[in-house]
Amino acid sequence: MALSSFAGIWLAAFLTLAIYSFLYKDNPVYRLAESIFVGVSLGYEIGLVFYRTIWPNLVERLLADPGPNWYLAIGGILGIMLYCRYIPKVSFLGRWALAVYIGYFVGVELMQRLHGDVLPQVRDTMLPLSSLSSVTFENLLIIVGVLSVLIYFYFSKPHTGILKPVSRIGVYFIMICFGASFGYTIMARISLLIGRLTFLVEGWVKPMIALISGSG
Amino acid sequence: MKKPLFCLLIVLLTGAAGAQEPILADPDSAQTDSLAPPSHDFFLAADSSQEPMGIALAWEPSQGIPVMLERASHDSIFLPLSTQEAGARSFVDTTVESGVEYLYRVRMADSNVVSATVRATAPHAVQEYQFFRRERLNALLLFLFYAAMIIGYILMAKRGASLFIRKIAGLDAVDEAIGRATEMGRKVLYIPGIMSVDNIQTVASMSILGYVAEKTASYGTDLEVPNKDPLVLATAKEVVKEAYLKAGRPDYFQEDMVNYVSYDQFAFTAAVQGLMTREKPATNFLIGSFYAESLIMAEAGNAAGAIQVAGTAELAQLPFFVVACDYTLIGEELYAASAYLSKEPLMMGSIKGQDLAKVVLVGLILLGVVLASFGQHGFVDFFAQR
Repeated sequence: MALSSFAGIWLAAFLTLAIYSFLYKDNPVYRLAESIFVGVSLGYEIGLVFYRTIWPNLVERLLADPGPNWYLAIGGILGIMLYCRYIPKVSFLGRWALAVYIGYFVGVELMQRLHGDVLPQVRDTMLPLSSLSSVTFENLLIIVGVLSVLIYFYFSKPHTGILKPVSRIGVYFIMICFGASFGYTIMARISLLIGRLTFLVEGWVKPMIALISGSG
Repeated sequence: MKKPLFCLLIVLLTGAAGAQEPILADPDSAQTDSLAPPSHDFFLAADSSQEPMGIALAWEPSQGIPVMLERASHDSIFLPLSTQEAGARSFVDTTVESGVEYLYRVRMADSNVVSATVRATAPHAVQEYQFFRRERLNALLLFLFYAAMIIGYILMAKRGASLFIRKIAGLDAVDEAIGRATEMGRKVLYIPGIMSVDNIQTVASMSILGYVAEKTASYGTDLEVPNKDPLVLATAKEVVKEAYLKAGRPDYFQEDMVNYVSYDQFAFTAAVQGLMTREKPATNFLIGSFYAESLIMAEAGNAAGAIQVAGTAELAQLPFFVVACDYTLIGEELYAASAYLSKEPLMMGSIKGQDLAKVVLVGLILLGVVLASFGQHGFVDFFAQR
């Protein structure tokens, strides 16, 4: 085993155990791992954003062929404007950049939500209830679920009178959904834990035992 | 005679003559995964000459039985493409890649009876400028209706009309939670999620942060807002600064109240978890867009004994907040929260407009259900995503 990969595996195993040590209580080893994690990730992200985004997508293209790429400068200028907030006299420019960014994405997301979420939801809830079959029962379940949950999220009237039982049914649907989602996500988290434990056993403990016993 | 005539009719109608002819009933090309031999109950035709965006399929309708269209690319197995209701006769497969040959067949739903396999090659895409995509008319109408409702109510609110929003349980706890931190002499921790300001949940979170900051400024309580995203950092600083100014306590505002941690999701989580454990804030607000870190943060705050108010529209994370936090704003309650707290006409009008849109959608869904039950699919298909 190469020295670099040997050291890398030991470091990864140490940091994994250091983070897991929080399960017992907060301690200096966890704090060390936390500080390394935060510092390294921050430095890494700065490098990543500069060399993978700013340099190839902005600087390089503007330097190589500014004619057809002039519009990229708008994004660059808006980005620089964000730093204006540190200069009191022109700090308002930072707000302009933020306003452009938020306004653009709110507009884009509004159409995405309408087209990607609302329309399919409406279309897929318009289900036939024309025959006595298990499919009809499933359709009924979907229709009642969607409508009652929509009523639960109706804010203009208090949940009294007819709205009370309907929104209550909506709450039951929401809670069933949460239960299913909870179980599903926990399963995914357990698989992450298994992945980490597999690394500790297969990638660290076993090779070390093999190395010590001389068979590796 | 009837079936060949039907196929011929399809070919003539779709103008396939002289173009690429559909190849019908080619048993040699059929994939071996079919569980029953091709049935003579079906005839299927495919044509790519008339559809610039895909391959048109037409089949002889089965007697009152829904069918499933299946597709395979040249060397792969058949996979479900679309389920068609009984009586449907045609379908356009727009999910094809330009110039790629596909195999199609149709299967009776819930059985192994399949048609013979047909081949068709997707047309080479021709790019042309379109000013208006007519197939997206439904989205445009929905947008105009939605916008009209919201603008209408905003105008009403600005004219002084009284707009009512029902009580939202989680929000009544905000003042109580800040008051608790004040009494205990500890700080309030506000986590605005991990996504940038291009996420609507983050935008909503910023509105609530403004309210929370105004309260902490009034009570003289410490506030800390750690951030993962640099743009949220800049926005949150502006929001908190303005809130302190509005509360008449600009001198209480400190730059490091709103601070930056890391862009990495779990580095941020580890730092916040450590902060909750070591500094033991009395109140934690976890409001915004959260992902895998939600339970880690909520559980750390719970273990530290903080009162926690959470809010997100991320469905997979809501259960974790529900079990680990004292109050949770579920989904749209997060968006309604800013209006409820601020009572600003702009936000109130927006919520009322959305509510009216919901009522209309409920009506449309019920109408669609009735029409679909009587076999009228034109209205339902208008809402199909294209």
